[in-house]
Amino acid sequence: MAELRYTEEHEWIRVDGDEGTIGISEYAQEQLGDIVYVELPSVGTSLDQGDEAAVVESVKAASEIYAPIGGEVTEANDELNGDPGIVNRDAMGAGWFIKIKVEDASQLGALMSEQDYKDMIEGLN
Amino acid sequence: MPRDGFTRRTMRLSTKLANLSGPRTEGALVLAKIRSRMTASCCASVTAVVGPMSEPIANPAKKTPLHTLHVSQGGKMVPFAGYEMPVQYPAGILTEHLHTRTHAGLFDVSHMGQIRVTGPRAAQDLENLVPGDIGGLAVGDMRYTLFTADDGGILDDLMVTRVEDGLFLVVNAACKEADFAHLQKYLPSTSTLQMLEDRALLAFQGPDAVLVLERLAPAVAKLSFMTATEINVAGIPCFISRSGYTGEDGFEISVAADRAHELAVLLLDAPEVAPIGLGARDSLRLEAGLCLYGHDIDPTTTPVEAGLSWAIGKRRRSDGGFPGADHILAQLKDGVPRKRVGILPEGRAPAREHTEIRAPGGGVIGEITSGGFGPTVGGPVAMGYVTSEFAQVGSPVELVIRGKARPAKVVKLPFAPHNYVKKN
Repeated sequence: MAELRYTEEHEWIRVDGDEGTIGISEYAQEQLGDIVYVELPSVGTSLDQGDEAAVVESVKAASEIYAPIGGEVTEANDELNGDPGIVNRDAMGAGWFIKIKVEDASQLGALMSEQDYKDMIEGLN
Repeated sequence: MPRDGFTRRTMRLSTKLANLSGPRTEGALVLAKIRSRMTASCCASVTAVVGPMSEPIANPAKKTPLHTLHVSQGGKMVPFAGYEMPVQYPAGILTEHLHTRTHAGLFDVSHMGQIRVTGPRAAQDLENLVPGDIGGLAVGDMRYTLFTADDGGILDDLMVTRVEDGLFLVVNAACKEADFAHLQKYLPSTSTLQMLEDRALLAFQGPDAVLVLERLAPAVAKLSFMTATEINVAGIPCFISRSGYTGEDGFEISVAADRAHELAVLLLDAPEVAPIGLGARDSLRLEAGLCLYGHDIDPTTTPVEAGLSWAIGKRRRSDGGFPGADHILAQLKDGVPRKRVGILPEGRAPAREHTEIRAPGGGVIGEITSGGFGPTVGGPVAMGYVTSEFAQVGSPVELVIRGKARPAKVVKLPFAPHNYVKKN
């Protein structure tokens, strides 16, 4: 049963067993505007919680994406190379950035539930 | 991933997005930095460099006559040169950019300065301050020129149009106060100056612009590139030039502030027309290879280094008589140590302003001054300065982006071909 969590940095992670899929939120893609480039780490990269995991660029500027929890990168979404706009169109699904082998599932405890994240965004507006 | 010591040009997503709600938007962050730098370089006043979470203490942002329209169209408003301007509309920057190159886009550029210079010697008087041939302009002719400094640097770039009783100038928004002061100080007293505070300025660009405009004012079809005239558009008196900042055919329309909304609505009513924000204005001009003051040109760049020698009039090259003439004319003769060039990254990562340029496997040879994503090109595009030995088209260079050297090459400008409708 997959568990969805969010960070204050507008990343999401969906954990199923020891596989975690990471992306940026719907709110994030909407605020960033047209995404033109995504730079992903190579498979095998070891990430600690909070490490810079990726860079996402909109037309005007670049933003850093951080690892919500630690783990080793098992897959990077190559589709984003040819069509970074997938992130705008489907941030929560096809616009995923990387998959990791979860190192320590207890790190999820520090992250927000979907409701908490929704509340946080409401507070921003 | 270990953190290297490279200069961070990216930003934590939360910081960026935290500034996206309310008046402090994503654009505000990027553009506030641009604005403070532009102000610092062309105005006498000292402006504090804006930190990521703060705005300089300033007067509340000014509004153009089209502000209400922008908001009603869903414009994402950001502060720019002291004004609240739309950086984009719901369509987004990519769509707005592509729409302009294929149909027609309407831009509000009322934040720019419109200045009248009146007097029988207006053209000759202005030549004291610019390297262009202004005296040779016939009524209705328009020219791009530069305010130069005594050391040959550039104080601003501007458009000058010869009108019946003198000249009509359009200057950059961030420099308009300084430019006006500059004119007031140095223009001979035979000319009088007036900042036109009660006028709006609209840019109407793209292949369909002439089609839409001539339905309302048939006379516009007779205008060729870089000419201007007074024309009534559906009964609204306008001063229209066939010119622009996108590389496409198009017009710039000066209109009374209290008729601007009416004119804009009329144009937006046409099916070919979409409203376009400052974000796309920037990507369009970058693909067109056009300079942005405060970035590609500033007080540290001479017209020759900037590749703008064509703006130095033929007669002016022998006569001089403009600030910095000695140095500039010497550069025309002897060459320059560095040049502005187009740079095409070979990968997909954009190279933004201040990106270091290196010789292949070698040392620093320059810096990017404008860079981003080109929607028409479909990839990253940039302009920057390199030492002259690397300025040849085809020269391979390296761009240091996030601590990694990435291949690129010097290319001919523009990235997107110009579509000006010139006189036969």
